[in-house]
Amino acid sequence: MDAKVIRRLEEIVGKEKVLTSIENRIAYSYDATPALAGLPDAIVIPETPEHVSQILKLANEEKFIVVPRGSGTGLSGGSVPSSNSIVLLMNRWRKILEIDKENLTALVEPGVITAQLHQEVEKYGLFYPPDPGSMTISTIGGNVAENAGGLRGLKYGVTKNYVLGLEVVLPTGEIINIGGKNVKDVAGYNLKDVLIGSEGTLGVFTKILLKLIPKPQSSRTLLAFFNSIKEAGKTVADIIASHITPATLEFLDNTTIRCVEDYARLGLPTNAGALLLIEVDGHPAQVEEESEKIEKICVKNGATDYKIAKSENEALKLKTARRSAFAALARVKPTTILEDATVPRSFVPEMVEKIQEIANKHQIIIGNFGHAGDGNLHPTALTDERDKEEMKKVEMAFEEIFDYAIKLGGTITGEHGVGLAKKKFLEKQFAEPAIEFMRNIKRVLDPNGILNTGKIFELKPRCEGRLPSSREQIEKYANLWT
Amino acid sequence: MKDLKIPSDLIVQCMHCGMCLPVCPTYNLNFLEKSSPRGRIRLIKEVEDGALPITDDFIDEMYFCLDCQACQTVCPAGVKYGKLVESARIKIFELGFDRQALVKKMIFRIVFASKFVFKMIARFVKLYQKSISKFIRKIKIDRVLPEKLIRVEELAPKISDKFSDEILPEILKPNGEAKYKVGFLTGCFMNVMYSEINIDSVEVLLENMCEVYIPRNQACCGSVMAHYGDIKIAKELAKKNIIEFSKYKLDAIVVNSAGCGAFMKEYGELFKDEKDESLREKAENISEITKDINEFLYEIGFKKPNAELDLKVTYHDACHLAHTQKITSQPREIIKSIPGVKFVELNESTWCCGSAGIYNILRYEDSMKILDRKIKNILETNAEIVLTANPGCHAQIEYGLKKAGVNMKVMHPISLLNIAYKMMKNLDKDLVESYNEILRNRD
Repeated sequence: MDAKVIRRLEEIVGKEKVLTSIENRIAYSYDATPALAGLPDAIVIPETPEHVSQILKLANEEKFIVVPRGSGTGLSGGSVPSSNSIVLLMNRWRKILEIDKENLTALVEPGVITAQLHQEVEKYGLFYPPDPGSMTISTIGGNVAENAGGLRGLKYGVTKNYVLGLEVVLPTGEIINIGGKNVKDVAGYNLKDVLIGSEGTLGVFTKILLKLIPKPQSSRTLLAFFNSIKEAGKTVADIIASHITPATLEFLDNTTIRCVEDYARLGLPTNAGALLLIEVDGHPAQVEEESEKIEKICVKNGATDYKIAKSENEALKLKTARRSAFAALARVKPTTILEDATVPRSFVPEMVEKIQEIANKHQIIIGNFGHAGDGNLHPTALTDERDKEEMKKVEMAFEEIFDYAIKLGGTITGEHGVGLAKKKFLEKQFAEPAIEFMRNIKRVLDPNGILNTGKIFELKPRCEGRLPSSREQIEKYANLWT
Repeated sequence: MKDLKIPSDLIVQCMHCGMCLPVCPTYNLNFLEKSSPRGRIRLIKEVEDGALPITDDFIDEMYFCLDCQACQTVCPAGVKYGKLVESARIKIFELGFDRQALVKKMIFRIVFASKFVFKMIARFVKLYQKSISKFIRKIKIDRVLPEKLIRVEELAPKISDKFSDEILPEILKPNGEAKYKVGFLTGCFMNVMYSEINIDSVEVLLENMCEVYIPRNQACCGSVMAHYGDIKIAKELAKKNIIEFSKYKLDAIVVNSAGCGAFMKEYGELFKDEKDESLREKAENISEITKDINEFLYEIGFKKPNAELDLKVTYHDACHLAHTQKITSQPREIIKSIPGVKFVELNESTWCCGSAGIYNILRYEDSMKILDRKIKNILETNAEIVLTANPGCHAQIEYGLKKAGVNMKVMHPISLLNIAYKMMKNLDKDLVESYNEILRNRD
């Protein structure tokens, strides 16, 4: 990057807010995604929406890429810098600007840590349900950009269900406000849904208005152990079919149980084939009734053991352990490639079985856990990125896993986003016109391609179109010309 | 040191998930990734891969870290961060990159390495604290003295009138038949600054039917040097201790300084490649039998005091006790066992106080910012005594409280237990007096 550009960035935010040392650049070359990295040319720390606006305007002028970043906990490479880029560091925007107890809303800056928001609103008896695994460090801005999910997704939905309004700096530098405190609001296009989950490619959030709900009066955390994943899967299906919607319905396979136990020392039976972590919440009477029903279903499906967390502290420990499952798996092998293939929930048992079959076929270890209740699975390959041959096998296995998920009407990503990691799979899920629709939106809003460009999809020139991928298609094209 | 390579297995274990960021004191000072455990591991990786030379910024980052190891406690992947940052420091030190190396070497190899020199200096400091300090202030020479020197003076707690190793004999027998044979480490700071804690500890051990052995020629444990990268001198001292403590057939070696205990538990690891088989075995044995005093008392089912102490107390977890040795419940159990004592949990009790060996002298500004957060939390408990089991934390918190103008006492949990034992027998006038003094301060 030109020294002149660096100087102009320094003019905007101040000299000490532009970091160019090699140590800083290395430290911002990655996020939580395995095996992906890229060096930015500089790291810029804006302090106001106007700073963000001026930086984006400069980027349009000087044609460099701006990669927004919060805490860097993303799992799709969304904040991994591309070449000729700067990192736009938003993690110091940590103010909760307002908690409106009458309208049940919270206005926050994008760098607010998800778990801190939980704590703050719960002081008022309010509740912000989205709870991604990384919530102790992930930022709300990142959650909105990736439309993050979490353990409570089954009953309460994901981040998009709680975003009421946004202050956004558009890729061309204009600052706009959309949405507001109204529960009902249909003025104009529903722009919010275009921006939520746009993975930092369509705008930089500078203020976020969130919907809150009353905190459930009581909750109970249950644990059920099974000999096989199949029995656990059947139990999940039966719970859903009996019209109970737990707040959380998570499953862990044996590999994951052992790693979690090694980390958290909770006294889990390491020989169990699978376990279900279930949380029901709501009115105390309802909680009582539902947990009894669930117990019956578990026993009927061959649960070897069934436990209720004795205290809030114990319940918290269990949930925390589950949240750290993916990193705990790194105890087996250094690189853990965590995916989030998701299927309609009735297909969970079938998908889980298929994943195991694929892992066996390629002779790799895939630990499996996930949000069984909402069909969001986390097949996690345990490997070593230094072993190129095994990495190749992992890649092939995941390709098959995604293919199968799509075949079942599922999706390549339930909550992590496409980013860099799953770009090549997007075309498997969507037909070309749908992807072109997305590209068109990007082209219009970001004509110079400066905001996190290169993520989600390639912005190919309009005339190129999709290349044929099978012999059949090639022959079809060939026939056109003869 | 022939091979300074940092094992790549240790480095790649980190999957950069970021769970360590919220608990890292330095990341929370500047919110910069390079000042987080994840960032530092990445920098170490680049240095090991040859992609980054050892730069000034790299060195600064390695020493900016307090090595509190809070990140290790939360790391789901089990990354041994402490090992990594210490290895990096050894590399910096051994390769001669550290600009402060000469000063550090002098402190480590002259001051700490010899008990005689250490005590000489302590005596001088004592003299200074008693008379010269006032004189200097009187003639206002302090205005021209280097700022760092003034701070060292302020940070240093009062030197005890008598050093514990000069009061305590080599072997002490309990009143009755001994159940355990234990060694006792007098340490450096504990010996000269908090000699009364050492005496309390020994008394508590005797009360619990231990025969106590205090080797005359024991050395500094070597932890401070090892944490700053001077592994050579650390190993020399460790060897000395291994030999001295191995002279007796001990059930346990009891340590009342968190940092020393943590390091002695690593002696086995330190000598794992040692050619002298007997030394290697002895080192392993020392590691195995070393116990923190809280841990030891809890394990043997310590004698419960039955005299009532009307006190409100809180407890600060020393990093090397909570994060390195994973000892958190035992000291709390001991404190709570004293009748009448009201225990208030300290918010962020496992957050570092900023003392970190000689960090508070070398990086005063950073250390003070971290201390301020600790003091704020301590004041919120409204306790009368803050308990902690490490001399570094003890001195640092005392300094912080003094700076804040608060009259709160800092104590080792074992001293409190000893007060309770003494009250039971109504014996020791000094201890009873110190309890009464706290009560008087209430009004």
